[in-house]
Amino acid sequence: MTPNVLAGSRTRFAALANPTSVVFLALAGVILVGWALVAVDGGQFLTMETVVGVQQRSAALGIVAVGQTLAIMAGSLDLSVAYLISLTSLVAAVTMAGQDSNIVLAVGAVMGVSALVGLVNGLMISKLRVHAFIATLGVSLIIKGILSDLYDGPAGRVPESFQHLGYDRLGPVPVSALLWAAVALVAWFLLRRTKYGYRVYAVGGDVEVARLSGIRTDRVIVVTHVLCSLCAGIAGLLLASRLGAGAPTVGTDGGYDLESIAAVVLGGTALAGGRGGVAGTVGGVLLLAVLDSVFNQLEVNSFFKDVVRGVVIVVAVAVYARRTGLAGRRRT
Amino acid sequence: MRRALPILVVLAVLLAAIAIVNPFFIEPAGFLSFVRRAAPLVILAAGQYLVIVAGEFDLSVGSLVTVEVVVAARLIDGDEAATWPVLALLIVLGLVVGLVNGAVTTLLRVPSFITTLGMMLVLSGAVFLWTGGAPRGALSQAFRMFGRQTGWAVLILVVVAVAAVVLMRANFGRTLIAVGDNERAAALSGVRVTRVRIIAFTLSGLSAAVAGILLGGFAGVSAQVGQGLEFQAITAVVLGGVVLGGGRGTVVAAMAGAFTLEALFTLLNLYGVSGALKFTVQGVILIAAVAAGAIRLPFLDAPKVKGDAHAVS
Repeated sequence: MTPNVLAGSRTRFAALANPTSVVFLALAGVILVGWALVAVDGGQFLTMETVVGVQQRSAALGIVAVGQTLAIMAGSLDLSVAYLISLTSLVAAVTMAGQDSNIVLAVGAVMGVSALVGLVNGLMISKLRVHAFIATLGVSLIIKGILSDLYDGPAGRVPESFQHLGYDRLGPVPVSALLWAAVALVAWFLLRRTKYGYRVYAVGGDVEVARLSGIRTDRVIVVTHVLCSLCAGIAGLLLASRLGAGAPTVGTDGGYDLESIAAVVLGGTALAGGRGGVAGTVGGVLLLAVLDSVFNQLEVNSFFKDVVRGVVIVVAVAVYARRTGLAGRRRT
Repeated sequence: MRRALPILVVLAVLLAAIAIVNPFFIEPAGFLSFVRRAAPLVILAAGQYLVIVAGEFDLSVGSLVTVEVVVAARLIDGDEAATWPVLALLIVLGLVVGLVNGAVTTLLRVPSFITTLGMMLVLSGAVFLWTGGAPRGALSQAFRMFGRQTGWAVLILVVVAVAAVVLMRANFGRTLIAVGDNERAAALSGVRVTRVRIIAFTLSGLSAAVAGILLGGFAGVSAQVGQGLEFQAITAVVLGGVVLGGGRGTVVAAMAGAFTLEALFTLLNLYGVSGALKFTVQGVILIAAVAAGAIRLPFLDAPKVKGDAHAVS
């Protein structure tokens, strides 16, 4: 059962019942309201600076959230991404050590470390039957311990050529946003156009039914967690290039673990798995970033931002819950 | 009780290991001070257990603890006379936050992971918005007595523990476990699922309020007092063999899990494991404990697992 079939059965309400359109409508609404508020405040909202700023701010979270989408779609979740981002930023910067010639090696090392962490996560969840929450919480504790044992502060150095990734832009589009778009496109292609994607939907919908219909569910979960960790690794590379060094706190300071889950759910993907998609997540991340940018322009207290953010996330999910509830009743 | 046995054995081994290195630990004073140190986490674990066994999460308890302490410090501001009214207010605050969590989760059908994550953001944002970014004021001596004096802390812990056990043996406890095990079956046999879940969240909020009162006295006022406590409480509950997703495990085992976690920290300190690697050990033990529990199940009651109602439906 693909989401397309589901949407087809309620075409008349498709636009409103589909959380992806809801989140993009909400995004448009927030941009409009933000533009009006900032204009009343005597400022300019849709300037080049804001547009670039929103993209810059959301790129790292966006990349992590794309990976998190895969994990959540498969009925799992990954709490270890924040510490993995810190770890990979350090692996990248320390391996590069300021030398251009080490960039390829460093990227390879980061991918290797991330894939390994994802593999461990996936194997524990599928083979040892540890709940994803506990398995990835345990792994994040393990990485946290290693990090704080080895590093007191920023370490390593990123050569200037690699910093182009974090700061350059082509017209109004930063390179980091292009990287995010590429990652999102790959994930979208995997989910919607490959056998693997259909298996993810099936496993997330009901793991037992998927297994009985001949899907190797363990393999799907392991692959998904490797992909999710690779996304975190890419985000680690991006942050290392921004900072010019690796930092043991960069992942947790950004709150990438819970924030990425919030963005995915804001984008309409069901936390229980099996429903949703990458497009919604992109919308969710942009929505959070635009909100942030509006608040920054209005110079709103940062604690007030947290309050609004918490309310927005809960309200959005409550709205989706109503929509799917109505659609479900209509179908029966 | 049989389900609680493994964690009690592990706890006994850890306590014995501590006693070997540090003989003072067996003396009443030494042991009671350990109990006092563990009290907030044990109380949080009891509250978190109620939510987890009903098939939900409560991620807001850490920030709720911070809120309780910061609110207490600002309102009391060193004034002894304000102690008791503020204590009452803190308890009400905990209950209200839990009630909101429960109502949003059940009535608006938002997954509790998201509800309580949102609550966490709202709480920590709101309290520092109110105090202007950093904790202000001071606690009164009478307030700090609860967390500082071993007698009070142990007494409160005992009361909470007894109340939790009595509650779980009463009708409420049985319906709570039934809801966590199979929501639909429970609803069909007449359980008011929504009400039971809301009560569980409310009690979890209450436990965070009590833990906050103890921690305020014990650790003092800071913006970090509750940081990470939600994950520690969940870890403790899971260490006790309680299954995420609900329906399995006892409250005694959950509280024993919290003691075990605290004993583990004490032991690691005693053996001089560096503060940093502490987390690594904690992570490995958490995964190992849950994996061991999960692997053993199929061999013990294989037919049960095969005939699981979820698989058939």
